[in-house]
Amino acid sequence: METPVVVQQPLSLQALATFRRLIRWLTSAKVVLALIMLVLMAYLIIVPLYRMLATTVTFQEKDSLFVPDAVEGRLTTFHWVRMLASPISQVLLYPPLQHSLVVAAGATLFALIIGSAMAWLVIRTDMPGRNIISSMATVPYIMPSWTIAMAWTVMFKNRTTGGTPGLYEYLIGHSPPDWLAYGPVPIMISSALHYYTFFFLFVSAALMSIDSNLEEASELMGASRWRILRKITFPLIMPAMLSGFIMTFSKVMGTFGGPNVLGVPVCYYTLSTMIRSNIGIGDFADGFVLAIMLILLAMITVFINQKVVGIRKSYETIGGRGFVAHQTKLRNWKIILMIIVIVFQILIIVVPLGLLAYDTFMLRPGNFSPSNFTTHYWIGKSNPDIANGEPGVLRNPKIYTGAWNSIRLSIVTAFFTALLGVILGYAIAKGRGTRLSKLVEQIAFIPYVMPGIAFGAVYISMFSKPFGPIPALYGTFALLAVVSVAKHIPYSARTGVASMLQVSRELEEAGEVAGAKVWQRFRRIIFPLTSAGFVSGFLLTFITTMRELSLIILLVTPSTQVLASMTMRYTENGDDQMAHAVIIILVVLVMIGDLLIGRFRGGSLKKGLGM
Amino acid sequence: MGTTIIIKNLTKRFGNVIAVSHVSLTIEPGTFLTILGPSGCGKTTLLRCVAGLEDPDEGEIYIGDKLVFSHQQGIYLPAGQRDLGLVFQNYALWPHMTVYKNMTFSLEIQRLPKAEIQRRVADSLAEVKMEGYADRYPRELSGGQQQRIALARMLAYRPKVFLMDEPLSNLDARLRMDMRAELKRLHHISAATTIYVTHDQMEALTMSSEITVMRYGILQQLDTPDRVYHYPANLFVADFIGNPKVNLLEGVVDDGGNSVDLGKFKININTHNATGQVVVAVRPEDIAISTEPVPGAVEFTAYSVLPSGADSTIVARLGDTEITVKVMGSSKIKMDDKIWLKFDPQTSNLYDKESGKLVDPEN
Repeated sequence: METPVVVQQPLSLQALATFRRLIRWLTSAKVVLALIMLVLMAYLIIVPLYRMLATTVTFQEKDSLFVPDAVEGRLTTFHWVRMLASPISQVLLYPPLQHSLVVAAGATLFALIIGSAMAWLVIRTDMPGRNIISSMATVPYIMPSWTIAMAWTVMFKNRTTGGTPGLYEYLIGHSPPDWLAYGPVPIMISSALHYYTFFFLFVSAALMSIDSNLEEASELMGASRWRILRKITFPLIMPAMLSGFIMTFSKVMGTFGGPNVLGVPVCYYTLSTMIRSNIGIGDFADGFVLAIMLILLAMITVFINQKVVGIRKSYETIGGRGFVAHQTKLRNWKIILMIIVIVFQILIIVVPLGLLAYDTFMLRPGNFSPSNFTTHYWIGKSNPDIANGEPGVLRNPKIYTGAWNSIRLSIVTAFFTALLGVILGYAIAKGRGTRLSKLVEQIAFIPYVMPGIAFGAVYISMFSKPFGPIPALYGTFALLAVVSVAKHIPYSARTGVASMLQVSRELEEAGEVAGAKVWQRFRRIIFPLTSAGFVSGFLLTFITTMRELSLIILLVTPSTQVLASMTMRYTENGDDQMAHAVIIILVVLVMIGDLLIGRFRGGSLKKGLGM
Repeated sequence: MGTTIIIKNLTKRFGNVIAVSHVSLTIEPGTFLTILGPSGCGKTTLLRCVAGLEDPDEGEIYIGDKLVFSHQQGIYLPAGQRDLGLVFQNYALWPHMTVYKNMTFSLEIQRLPKAEIQRRVADSLAEVKMEGYADRYPRELSGGQQQRIALARMLAYRPKVFLMDEPLSNLDARLRMDMRAELKRLHHISAATTIYVTHDQMEALTMSSEITVMRYGILQQLDTPDRVYHYPANLFVADFIGNPKVNLLEGVVDDGGNSVDLGKFKININTHNATGQVVVAVRPEDIAISTEPVPGAVEFTAYSVLPSGADSTIVARLGDTEITVKVMGSSKIKMDDKIWLKFDPQTSNLYDKESGKLVDPEN
């Protein structure tokens, strides 16, 4: 055809054309949104991380006590040496690190066994009552993670800590041994009973996706049941189990509630409680070193997850999605196993809540007899002899403020998480394949590898002083909202992209051809088609924020207390009954939220996991 | 009515892949131009560049007297300002809007008066014979009905240019036939300049006033359907168009340019000064077949006979030379019969083997 004619233009025209192209690029919606998100995320994620790191390598005001010639703000390896290689590291770093690893490994293993066994029973056997068991299995995860830990103390606490006896001692007459009352064993058990839901959901999904033909094929070849399970089924669900393992492991590493209730009273510190303790006494730099160690550990686990599971992921697509026809017949075991599972679920849901409730009606802790009954902690007026003069929770203005703060925080967080989800989803999904989109996606992923308490620590360093145009946010409600929204960014991005990808490209392009401006396309085409996903995302965020503790524990102040942090404060002050009444209110609120989710199609706990 | 579309030296790359390569094209007002080619040849990308959904890397596009894209001047008009309508392959009807809302979307954006909007919707629905479906949702319609609504949606905003991206490919064979007739009629009435993308040569041949064949992002030929069929510009086009496929016979120019030696036999043909290795392209229907020896005919064996009602295809063999012949009606010839084939020098085309280009009698 015609040969291309190259017309040489004057330089000024070339520059004009380049300028116009640049403006066009800069004003396209996906680029504008991506750039806005980059700035926002730089402010919410990158800068705080940098400042935290900077704090650990500069002298702080307090350091002149230890280093005579310390000049505040000067570069130093002092904190790192102190925390990693000085005598004090034998107290502040290594034991907590070891405890964290032990607790996380133990809890994860325990959760894996319970969750996988239950998933197998529900998906692959003819056990009766599977529907109820399946829906009950997610309840422990919905409740605050330290619920069982608190109930544990009601049952098993002993007088090692100089307090009152638990129900165990009241009934049996002698004190439970220390290993049962406090420390690693109860922390492991209470964490495992919260996080086993991960395994249950992951392994269920994997089992459901296995085509039973694969198993039938080997059965036809004469393989025994056990052999099939070992050689076919197990390798196929391996990736799901590994994902669950890594996820649970890094979650338990960063969890604060359980170790604080069951470990700290006997000085059994984990990294998370040690970070709190350091920051609590103003040793920010030391606390930050620990937080960075925790972040590194979490990054390593996520990295392993991606390496190991990434390679094996191809398994997941094997087989059809049809429901498995082949179910193991349990015969005589059917009823026995069902009873065992249901008793177990009652033990970990009803009994803990019952114990906590019982405790709130006891005037003096440790006396479980009916004569000790009181409704004071619920509806009593202020009495200086009881609970430091706090009125009962239902007439206590502090509780109402806390509950209002919790609800307010959850709504604000859920709203902005959904909003960022729309923006991130659009910027990433529409820009697929460009470097800008990839960069946004990668930065949005960072909070995922940051354990909650470490992320909270990051925010102390950022917002304790004014930064740029932003005032010092420490001690404000806004800071809690900002940190909660920032921690949810990976979740925003993931749900946002998933929702946007459901809307085919042509639907927006048809609007473009029809002459709709970008905001018109957004309002009339994209948003209506994706809103269902964002509504369920909103509700899930609402619940997870409501019962979040690790993230905000370092940032709450007396005026910004939320219910979750109040339970800790009351426990630490020895007002167990108050703490337990508050956690019951919290559980009720969360359950209401969960019921609401059930009303919206597409809302599933699995989508909200891990964020 | 109608608008001229001029494309100058248009190039679009995706990373290292050149989807559209230096395409220049002038489309006269009222033309029904089909861009035909195998999948991945860049035809859809070219259409999307015209529509304003892709940002080309080089070149210029004029629609009417409006410069809608120029790389050199940095000009890029958004799709909505190019005064064109597009029917997508998957229709892209908005699933959350009724047919009526789908059709009025653009009209409301233009802030047309309500009476005008209603009139246009009614007219457009009538044009595609879908009156009475205004309150349905797209999912309540069959594939063929969705296709008609997609068309009606485009008609409702009365664009000067119609763009269609394989609009019939998701329909079953029968509906496709019906819609071809409807689309051609629609174009006849509206006389809007139309660019139609398809990989289906029958669609291209039956509907277009002009066809351009594309391969590897490069235009191979731009011509009337008749000329594309009878005088393919190169071997690719010759091979791509026609069903059954054209017979391509390799040989050497012989007899001082009066015949081509194919090894087993010779075809008398005017070689127009071509020399050396050539390819003779003979359409299956241009070969005369006979069960008796005829002067000038070559003896073959009927390898396979495939009747299909209106016509029959006969695969003839001579050694390892295989030739496809198409005859009207059902044939008396049986498999393994001896048959004599006679080639028509007038309808056969000659290609240079090395360049693959048509040996043009005008040169």
